[in-house]
Amino acid sequence: MATKGKVVGIIANLVIVEADGPVSQNEICFIKMDGVDLMAEVIKIIGVKAYTQVFESTRGLKVGTDVEFMSHMLEVTLGPGILSRNYDGLQNDLDKMEGVFLKRGDYTAPLNDDAEWEFTQIAKVGNKVEAGSWLGEVLEGWMPHKIMVPFKFKGNYTVKSVVANGTYKTKDVVAVVTDESGKDHEVTMMQKWPVKVPIKAYNNKPRPFKIMETGVRTIDTLNPLAEGGTGFVPGPFGAGKTVLQHAVSQQADADMIIITACGERANEVVEIFTEFPELEDPRTGRKLMERTTVICNTSNMPVAAREASVYTGMTIAEYYRSMGLKVLLLADSTSRWAQALREMSNRMEELPGPDAFPMDLPAIISNFYARAGFVYLNQMKADGKEAESGSITFLGTVSPAGGNLKEPVTESTKKAARCFYALNQDRADSKRYPAIDPIDSYSKYLEYPEIQEYLKKTISEDWVENVTMVKDYLLRGKEASEQINILGDDGVPIDYHLRFWKAEVIDFVILQQDAYDSIDKSSTLERQKFMLDLVLSVYNTEFKFDSFEEVNPYFKALINTFKQMNYSEYQSDKFKNYLKEIDTKINERKAV
Amino acid sequence: METTAFQKIYTKITQITKATCSLKATGIGYEEIATVNGRLAQVVKIQGDDVTLQIFSGTEGIPTNAEVIFMGKAPSLKVGEELAGRFFNAYGEPIDGGPSVEGKEVEIGGPSVNPVRRKQPSDIIPTGIAGIDLNNTLVTGQKIPFFADPDQPFNQVMAEVALRAKADKIILGGMGLSNDDYLFFKNVFDNAGALDRIISFINTTEDPPVERLLIPDMALTAAEYFAHEKNEKVLVLLTDMTLYADALSIVSNRMDQIPSKDSMPGSLYSDLAKIYEKAVQFPDGGSITIIAVTTLSGGDITHAIPDNTGYITEGQLFLRRDTEIGKVIIDPFRSLSRLKQLVIGKQTREDHPQVMNAAIRIFADAANAKTKLENGFDLNDYDERTLKFAKGYSHDLLAIDVNVDIDSMLDTGWRLFGEHFEKAELGIKDELVQKYWPKK
Repeated sequence: MATKGKVVGIIANLVIVEADGPVSQNEICFIKMDGVDLMAEVIKIIGVKAYTQVFESTRGLKVGTDVEFMSHMLEVTLGPGILSRNYDGLQNDLDKMEGVFLKRGDYTAPLNDDAEWEFTQIAKVGNKVEAGSWLGEVLEGWMPHKIMVPFKFKGNYTVKSVVANGTYKTKDVVAVVTDESGKDHEVTMMQKWPVKVPIKAYNNKPRPFKIMETGVRTIDTLNPLAEGGTGFVPGPFGAGKTVLQHAVSQQADADMIIITACGERANEVVEIFTEFPELEDPRTGRKLMERTTVICNTSNMPVAAREASVYTGMTIAEYYRSMGLKVLLLADSTSRWAQALREMSNRMEELPGPDAFPMDLPAIISNFYARAGFVYLNQMKADGKEAESGSITFLGTVSPAGGNLKEPVTESTKKAARCFYALNQDRADSKRYPAIDPIDSYSKYLEYPEIQEYLKKTISEDWVENVTMVKDYLLRGKEASEQINILGDDGVPIDYHLRFWKAEVIDFVILQQDAYDSIDKSSTLERQKFMLDLVLSVYNTEFKFDSFEEVNPYFKALINTFKQMNYSEYQSDKFKNYLKEIDTKINERKAV
Repeated sequence: METTAFQKIYTKITQITKATCSLKATGIGYEEIATVNGRLAQVVKIQGDDVTLQIFSGTEGIPTNAEVIFMGKAPSLKVGEELAGRFFNAYGEPIDGGPSVEGKEVEIGGPSVNPVRRKQPSDIIPTGIAGIDLNNTLVTGQKIPFFADPDQPFNQVMAEVALRAKADKIILGGMGLSNDDYLFFKNVFDNAGALDRIISFINTTEDPPVERLLIPDMALTAAEYFAHEKNEKVLVLLTDMTLYADALSIVSNRMDQIPSKDSMPGSLYSDLAKIYEKAVQFPDGGSITIIAVTTLSGGDITHAIPDNTGYITEGQLFLRRDTEIGKVIIDPFRSLSRLKQLVIGKQTREDHPQVMNAAIRIFADAANAKTKLENGFDLNDYDERTLKFAKGYSHDLLAIDVNVDIDSMLDTGWRLFGEHFEKAELGIKDELVQKYWPKK
């Protein structure tokens, strides 16, 4: 019999419930407030008192209200129909809700029970299967969506039957599998999974060995993000975190993008809702929305659901990864999630850690980042020799309080994520976008021999060397600029001016990118290589100037031509003309 | 507050702090309002039959046998067309000597708009001030604060913007407003003949600070009525949100909550977001635009209040005194309107984005040149020209007393470019340079 209880205390969205039976940590319960059920999660238990965080406003709630415990944790529903949907943090389908305003206790089904799917068999009767094995597939939009043995199934099973190819509804039984004790289990296209538990239905998780192209030069060229890797973008407000995330979400080379808007502005999500159904994925020509799912818990939606939203996003990502897809998960912003944890910890009167955040914040963050990764699945390819693979690449943003990178969320995330893209206020102020600091930022993946090998093979033999060189040049440019500022223009040799301006060329041509220009916003790796080689050839040219006064206008003009080039279609006539112009300009000043 | 028959009256208070009191009571709803000896209070905590009330006007003089009457509802406002032209206090009671407003009673601080039902903000709000229109264009449905030191003329600029914005209704939420500033707003609106489309909820420095907590919700509940039900364009002015946040910290302190950064409550971000996120473009044409003021202490934006605000709002406007021209300007470096991309170059001329960026870039170069000069170094020719440009740019465009249309702002920009620079120094797309470069 299900445990029941009664409300005995209310402090904002922390509700204390006296239970009449067993209750488990993180169990879901419903508070039966006149006609409206409020969903809540148990976060602490003392004696018969369960402390629950309510995912809704508790306005008007009274002591003595009945509570029903559900004997399961917070779960998401997995099955065909998730792609292209807009969910809230608890996976309610926002489009199914009526009215302009969100109603309390309005829970909508994430999937359509009536939807019909064209099923094709994959597994054969007698096949040995386990959790995550592919039984069949349906076409979800353009995407072959695998119907798998539910992740909750433990141990080994044998396929007893699979339905014939044809049209079935989401909840129809499509296969029967037999466990080792001979018991039969029915499988439908739908399954549930608790969001806070990682889905581990894969064989192994190797170190990432490929890069994920994002079209953003300062990421791809300088500090690449690995497929299956993790990265984060901390930055003060106004430095361009969200613009950068949107750029990556539009251009990244992934099969599926999950955007988790966690405690951020509603208008930013509206931008996605408005533009993604219109914008095209440059690689496939399909609309961006066809590969995107949005989990949206904006800053004015209930705080507890905000915490859940990142887990909901991650679990859906794990589900699609198990189908052998390349998933990119974006979360904006993980600081809001940490703040949600802080608010609850505060209400429970826990002893606070740094900045009043809960003590276990670093552990919670690293556990979450650890769920990303490239995996080899248990499922073998049709030839039976190689395992299928899938990946989750995770890029989160962090909003450090006061722009100070020494605060707990940034520091905890730095320990967990492998790429660090620090947005710099000074760069943002001088409109050098994207404002990723080329010197402070890093990608650990560049040091991985597997990744270096991959870059050498796919881009060019000298790529990694060149990138390292460029980083040194930028640092030298910065040093030169500091020297010039201290000693004055005429207090330093011309060489310092050259060093500074050559670094400026790299900055303006490679690092800076116009996210609002239809051509410049995304750069292919081929183009990135071309431009890097070109810029390096400028860098390695010996120039001859008689005085420092000639240096500034010369490079300004050179940069201007480079910029026109960035605005032109790659290898178009215009592009080639600018290339010639640059050539002429270089020869004008070349030292003989 | 009128009392209804058969209401239970409690007279035994068990605990009194500076802002709250507790008593034993049953059947009480969370966030319900009550009166304690006639003072308005709200339920903030229930534990068993222990109910804690936050008394908005403070607990001075409250006896342990005070009369406590619960109202069985959350704080609410009566909304209707009659609100227009009226002045109210934090409880929604008239302070202009007029009659109470009859209308539909709506609970304040209501639910949020379903994000999928929102429309993308897309209508430009021209203000004539180039520092705003050119560099930080405002859009309906946006929320944006002025970040300003207390001595800067933010209320004047805000009143100016409000009057030029052509909104159907202007709703002023004044928190800790000095009486002088209250009268200033009243006069400006009155002189402009705009009083009939203005609604004010005022808490002055003479009123208890905790009452301020009701002001934004009152103002926004009225705004939602006009924007959602009447499809009007509503502009909400909130000044000063720093004093609102201070009131939040007083309450959380009294309730023994652990403070986070700068003694602010840990929930500051969510508390502020609930207010600012009421800014919205409704599908049926109505909109709520919020312009707020967050006063800074010595220009420090890393303090928890401006910092959290900056993460919530869609940009911020900085005022700064430019000593070169002796005027207050809108600082182009630190100011930002996040929604400008939705309108500039689309509802305004095509060269808008590039002119804006090029001018700011040169202005930044000028700032560097100035540093150089201050450090005692010689300036080169380019530095000299940027300084000249900066002076003109500040005077003709950034100063807050500029009032021209956007095309003239762009033309002024090109004129200044032409006076001081060569085409190649701008980094603007060739096509635009050819089209707009001033003819000699």
